[in-house]
Amino acid sequence: MNALKLVFEKREAVSPAYKFISPLLAIVMSLVLGAIFLLASGFSPLKVYYYMWWGAFSDWYGISETLVTSIPIMLCALGVALAAKMLLWNVGAEGQFHMGACAAAWVALSMPGAPAWQVLPLMVLAGMAAGALWALLPAVPRAYLGVNEIITTLLLNYVAIYWVEYLVHGPWRDPVSLNFPLSAPFSDAARLPFLFGTRIHWGLVFALAAAALIWFVLGRTKWGYEVTVIGENPRAARYAGMNIERNIVLSMCIAGALAGLGGMAEISAIAGRMTRQLSPGYGYSAIIVAWLGKLNPWAVALVSVLFGGLLVGGYSAQVIGVTAASVNMLQGLMLFCVLATEALGRYRVRIVREVARAGKEVGVDG
Amino acid sequence: MGKARKIVLVLTVLMLLAGMVRLSGHSMAAEDKFKVGFIYIGPVGDAGWTLAHDEGRRFMEKQLPWAEGTFIESVAETAEAERMMTQLARQGCKIIFATSFGYMDYVQNVAKNFPNVKFEHCSGFKRAANVSTYFGRMYEPRFLSGMVAGMMTKSNILGYVAAFPIPEVVRGINAFARGVRFVNPSAKVQVVWTNTWYDPATEKEAAKAALDAGADVIAQHQDTPAPMQAAEERGRYGVSYNSPMSHFAPNAVLTGPVWNWGPYYVNRVKAAREGTWKSEDYWGGIVDGVVGLAPYGSMVSDKIKKAVADKQAEIVAAKFHPFAGPIKDNFGKVRVPAGKTMTDAEMLSFDWFVEGVVGTLPK
Repeated sequence: MNALKLVFEKREAVSPAYKFISPLLAIVMSLVLGAIFLLASGFSPLKVYYYMWWGAFSDWYGISETLVTSIPIMLCALGVALAAKMLLWNVGAEGQFHMGACAAAWVALSMPGAPAWQVLPLMVLAGMAAGALWALLPAVPRAYLGVNEIITTLLLNYVAIYWVEYLVHGPWRDPVSLNFPLSAPFSDAARLPFLFGTRIHWGLVFALAAAALIWFVLGRTKWGYEVTVIGENPRAARYAGMNIERNIVLSMCIAGALAGLGGMAEISAIAGRMTRQLSPGYGYSAIIVAWLGKLNPWAVALVSVLFGGLLVGGYSAQVIGVTAASVNMLQGLMLFCVLATEALGRYRVRIVREVARAGKEVGVDG
Repeated sequence: MGKARKIVLVLTVLMLLAGMVRLSGHSMAAEDKFKVGFIYIGPVGDAGWTLAHDEGRRFMEKQLPWAEGTFIESVAETAEAERMMTQLARQGCKIIFATSFGYMDYVQNVAKNFPNVKFEHCSGFKRAANVSTYFGRMYEPRFLSGMVAGMMTKSNILGYVAAFPIPEVVRGINAFARGVRFVNPSAKVQVVWTNTWYDPATEKEAAKAALDAGADVIAQHQDTPAPMQAAEERGRYGVSYNSPMSHFAPNAVLTGPVWNWGPYYVNRVKAAREGTWKSEDYWGGIVDGVVGLAPYGSMVSDKIKKAVADKQAEIVAAKFHPFAGPIKDNFGKVRVPAGKTMTDAEMLSFDWFVEGVVGTLPK
């Protein structure tokens, strides 16, 4: 029996030229595939792409909004990337983001008359602490019992989101808002200030500082070295006397604190009160961003901005009648192409014709 | 292999060229038109809430040839809403309709930055010099649809697949239950929450749960026809919402309260252009045509239609109000004494169920 089979062979080394070309290749590939789809649905691809670019990067307003969108993604993604350095899959940034926002809101709502210099630092601390605690819950069983953190962090997201639902429908519901699911608005002192007359807020400063700090810690400190070694070879790390359990808990908590800070910044600067819909999935986008940025903090920051542009530009394309679903499809296509070129860089794909060896491989299907 | 690749390449290049030609051929004739912006919470294909608004937009464009509507769909109630309204305003929209409650604070923010643009926020309560709010007295057709359901039920259990425990939804459940009990005092309305506006799978499951509990008519508040389809599959009846949904479940849908935004949009766009637009709080009823009932299914008898038509005439003539006392809550406590009618403010902040509703509200 003859059968065609796709075989993935790992390349010994990814060629440096390919590393450079692959993102460009991915973009071109996705643009071409997207163009075919757009033409089929009756749109001019050039016009659609122009509008996407126009919305996200053509002027100061677009750029500022792209940056605004990138702030929560960047903070979450930096945390995801740090945990991933230790081969920990923190799928829980979304939940940590919500818990951070919750704690910050709690501070803001309980100190309505306090001046900004008191309430804002407390909100930052509360947001980071809540995010860290939310990450601690899955981190401890992962470190000491080997409980799979992908599942626990993911499931805790739902708990966090339902917790927010409970608060805005229940105890935090603002009676002045006709019983709608909203908390009372924060005082002006509890609003993180905007910068440059745009909606860019101090969250961007936090995010860039976090990127710098992670870059420094990973590259220049003993702890950073431990994290890298544990991620690459846990056995060697253990042999060298490194405390893996403690480092798992620590890096997860830092990851959670960063996502919690993202939640604090978003609710304080943008939303200004607790609402049901705080995030359109920033914590999940962060996972993609962390891996596209290859876990390097500066690259993660850059990719966050590009991803923000993709989200902002996608909406702009709707102005000329492209449906939201098509825009989602284009965004998905771009990510898919980036991941595909990444895989092609690491693996060689060959089509192998299998010739009548079936006699030996009884029971193998196909 | 090489040949195939070449063909694909040539085809791709040709398609791209074709695209460029289309781009250059695209005229900018719309430039002079009076621009009207819309942001929608769901996709226009939701068959419900957003579709009703989009039909209003199309009606407006047909009636006012000098106006051009631009809509953006599936806009989350987050920072994105503010950005999309800003972009619409920057592109020259003179009046912008924000069609979901959660856009409220963002409408206020954008309206401050664009004092010359008029904003219309559906279902909210915050107004400003250039921000109006508008909504419809959906409780009127809800009550009427409750009458239909109350006369059609055999099991005397009616399922209500409810969206979120907010005043608008609670008001709808209560109006429906008042209609049901008006014609059938022993019937009960069983509420099932989904915490969704647009999630067909969840909404279908919720409807099935109500059917399993013995309900033989399903009413709903979400934007998809999934609860109606669940009723159809079980051979039961349904009362739809938002838009006529009978083509999704022809054997199930008895009728349903529907929105008709077109005339309101025409009026407001006209006023904005003529300079007569004023900030106001619009809450129109059946009498204004903004809400009504969908066409009846063939299973609804003439006797029922007659009873509903009579009651509708009384509502239109302001001789009957669905929330006129005495009204007890579902714990038996009198909430509205005889001779009193609930005020708009009371109806807008409903957080209790009327007698006959089986369900709980978060406290």
